[in-house]
Amino acid sequence: MGRFVGHGELGASWLLEVSKDTLKRDPGMKKVCIIGTGQTEVGEHWDKSILHLAHEAVTSALLDAHVESVDALFVGNMLSGALSGQENLAAAVADFSGLRNIEAIKTEAACASGAAALRMGYTAVASGLHDRVLVLGVEKMTNTLGHDTTAALGMAADAVYETFQGVSFTALNALMMQRYVWQYDVPDTGLAGFSINAHRNGCHNPHAMFRHAITEEDYSRSRVISSPLCVLDSSPICDGAAAVVLCAAGSSSLSDGSRYVAPVTILGSAAATDTLAVHDRSDPLRLAAVELSTQQALAQAGAGLDNVDFLELHDAFSILGAMSLEAVGYAEPGTGWRYAMDGYIDIEGDLPVSTQGGLKSRGHPVGATGVYQAVEAVKQLQGLAGPNQVPNAALGMIQNIGGSGASVYTHILGI
Amino acid sequence: MFVPSSWRTRHQRYSLIGEVCPACDKHIFPPRDVCPHCDQPAGPAHKFNGTGMVFSYTTLFQPPAGFESQAPYVVALVQLDEGPMLTAQLTDVEAEEVEIGMKVEMVPRKLMEDGPQGQVHYCYKFRPLWAKAAQAGASV
Repeated sequence: MGRFVGHGELGASWLLEVSKDTLKRDPGMKKVCIIGTGQTEVGEHWDKSILHLAHEAVTSALLDAHVESVDALFVGNMLSGALSGQENLAAAVADFSGLRNIEAIKTEAACASGAAALRMGYTAVASGLHDRVLVLGVEKMTNTLGHDTTAALGMAADAVYETFQGVSFTALNALMMQRYVWQYDVPDTGLAGFSINAHRNGCHNPHAMFRHAITEEDYSRSRVISSPLCVLDSSPICDGAAAVVLCAAGSSSLSDGSRYVAPVTILGSAAATDTLAVHDRSDPLRLAAVELSTQQALAQAGAGLDNVDFLELHDAFSILGAMSLEAVGYAEPGTGWRYAMDGYIDIEGDLPVSTQGGLKSRGHPVGATGVYQAVEAVKQLQGLAGPNQVPNAALGMIQNIGGSGASVYTHILGI
Repeated sequence: MFVPSSWRTRHQRYSLIGEVCPACDKHIFPPRDVCPHCDQPAGPAHKFNGTGMVFSYTTLFQPPAGFESQAPYVVALVQLDEGPMLTAQLTDVEAEEVEIGMKVEMVPRKLMEDGPQGQVHYCYKFRPLWAKAAQAGASV
């Protein structure tokens, strides 16, 4: 297999065509920088509430940015109501974390809630409405027992025509995986490469939930959750919080003592939607919202696929890794799984993927994931990614998928 | 499922009532206000004939709350003969007998109960066409 087939061109032949109007970026918008990051270890934090987790990430992000206050707080979260009995979450976090009285709001887009909050924060600063904002992603999933958490996650799907049929969120991904494996003649361990890569990288991430490597043999012996999908295809149920501080380029925030000499800039931010239910997609193996948001974000950044030095994709299940590589434009339909087998997505490969463990190994505290991706991308771009450092990383793409493809947020970060 | 929601959706869940779009003639299931194919107002009711094909399937070993006692059970993406696809449980078939492309037909079945005092929910499930034939043979 040669170089990626996408060859850095926007809109490879198999992708949806994007309306030209959506590719424009208003020249009057401000450049948005990330001047501080914070994250908790991902895991089963039985000793911490959702507010304690949030506070930990908020505090470390503010400390990292060398600021004490922000104009507004955007909180990405999916399940605080269902699993902690707490709505009005953004006000609760502001109150608990010493940010009382500022504007605060929660954004919900299922598993993409974190990236949705990032985009809300981005638009607030880019528009000039606010000078400096805090974006937090937080999820507390271990307050409840497995069946209840599984049922709550199912709320990302169509309530009557998917969830009510007894389908778990994992089962929806298993339905896509079964068809993909059948249609493209993928061997039994064909998708294992995504999980093996994620765990290999997660070993070196002190914030990752799983810091151990796995082998193809481990994968093939793994317990089946929803056939053919097994435990080692799946991201874990876990708790975590991550935060970033955003400010406008040229803002006084940048000279307030921030140690970020050359801050990371958000070069592209785009969102798209698709049918809520998998069965309503014209092709259930195609992620149209990934195709659209990727092309829009790259166009804003003035970049092509070949310019992307690493990709944090939404590997909640290994099948999504394969389908994402295809929808982003790197691989033709039905070939995405091969890239994980051939070393292309390794740290040393052509396109490093899930460089800090991804959703599989770092963990997937659903509403927090999109912000973890941003934190990890900032570390890559600043050369602070430790043993998982991608050499000369200057441009990274982060992608967060809500539901089985219904809400997708793509951001391009650069330095 | 909430009782009013269950009542509102009874026709589609018990009898596979969908729609035909007057603008583009596509069949739509479940019924909705806007045709997903041409974005025009969705059309008059249409009763689907209930036969279709398994597009994909999975056996759940870790079910969501409310379905614990039924596991393992098989759920499929079923492509109806008239076009639309839906998600439904398969019945009258062993998990290892299911395969992609298998012809199936709709049967109304009990889906779940809201506890011993709660509502019993019925819904469409699908069974292999050969299960119907076997049943007919047994009753002769």
